[in-house]
Amino acid sequence: MIDYEEILKIAPYSLCREEKEKLLSERLIRLTAFHYEQCGPYKRMLDAVGVKPEQIKTYYDIPFLPVSLFKELDLISVDRSEIFKVMTSSGTTGQAVSKTYLDKKTAGNQQKTLVKIVSDFTGSSRMPMLIIDSPSVIKDRAMFSARGAGILGFSIFGADKAYALDDEMKLNIKAVEAFLEKHQGKKILLFGFTFMIWQHFYKELVRLNRRLDLSDGILIHGGGWKKLVNEAVSHDEFNRKLHEVCGLTSIHDYYGMVEQTGCIYMECERGHLHASIFSDVVTRRAADFSPCGFGEPGIIQVVSMLPESYPGHSLLTEDEGVILGEDDCPCGRKGKYFKVIGRLKNAEIRGCSDTYAVNFR
Amino acid sequence: MTNLEKYINAFTTTFGIGESEVEGLEYQQIKAWDSIGHMSLVSAIEDAFGIMMDTDDIIDFSSFEKGKDILKKYDVEIESV
Repeated sequence: MIDYEEILKIAPYSLCREEKEKLLSERLIRLTAFHYEQCGPYKRMLDAVGVKPEQIKTYYDIPFLPVSLFKELDLISVDRSEIFKVMTSSGTTGQAVSKTYLDKKTAGNQQKTLVKIVSDFTGSSRMPMLIIDSPSVIKDRAMFSARGAGILGFSIFGADKAYALDDEMKLNIKAVEAFLEKHQGKKILLFGFTFMIWQHFYKELVRLNRRLDLSDGILIHGGGWKKLVNEAVSHDEFNRKLHEVCGLTSIHDYYGMVEQTGCIYMECERGHLHASIFSDVVTRRAADFSPCGFGEPGIIQVVSMLPESYPGHSLLTEDEGVILGEDDCPCGRKGKYFKVIGRLKNAEIRGCSDTYAVNFR
Repeated sequence: MTNLEKYINAFTTTFGIGESEVEGLEYQQIKAWDSIGHMSLVSAIEDAFGIMMDTDDIIDFSSFEKGKDILKKYDVEIESV
């Protein structure tokens, strides 16, 4: 297999379609063969649909597992003794949680990949970081939730860190103001989950009638829009309202899932989600799972170069999206750019932001 | 305190271990040095030497020994014992 360390040296949005397809196909076909050999249930699934790894020509032809399968099966492609961390999805109470099993190599590659992708938007220097969540999320080290993993993964960008919410998820305005005072004049990184930011940060600032000066800050948020869509808060309104209370202009949503941690899809300055060279999105028609054209909504499939300890390199999500174009986004980044329309009907509620939001029904 | 003492101190106070345990210590070898402990260790080292490490170096900081090499980049020389 092409050494992933070498791939990491390539700038994340620098390859055009042909170059990227070649690189992704090569790595993903090798991963398919690897998981076929190492993971019994994966082999049986491929055998059942009559796919032989050596016959696959492009990554578009690699079978995709439904993400929900990680709730039902323990899928592992390395010796169990190699597993040192189990990541769980943020399921709501009563829902089964998905489990992905990580060895050191896969976990390390996840963190390295996240750094490459995010640095393309924030620059490589670390910044004071305000985490819009409660510190209790990462207190329980044994149970590693997607929310905790997200915070921890992004923590590497923080030089000095503070949490904006207390253990009861209440805005700690004194701590926030003290932190901003201490780092006056510096570019601040804010990170959190979409619904938490809206519910506990934006709404509280409005209620307290406080304004913060974060005009030089950069906000990165993810985890799902479902609850905000229900509250009729659009993407544009979210950005506009946050600008009103704290002057933020640089706001980046991201799309990603715990089963492919590390390979996130960041929103660019033009409001488009972007696929890096480390992963890709394919939208598929519900009728026959053939790939959709640009502009045609379909079920989102995600492929990622990272999963080695579990067969999660090609997954069918429960989200609907539309690919807007490839290699020609006005922001200058190459690769596909797309938007997420929402959850498929009857799909379970998932996403760090949405599962938490269930408490506010 | 010498640089070596400061360096050892960052490990012992962050992970709650004895001085005799730091030699040869690797990331994920003990429970305390997990991904959360790692960020605490980085903060302790940065505070001790008044430096700020690059993200790549934080990722590469995989053992007690490797850390000494990385710190050289920041003009922090850890004396050999």
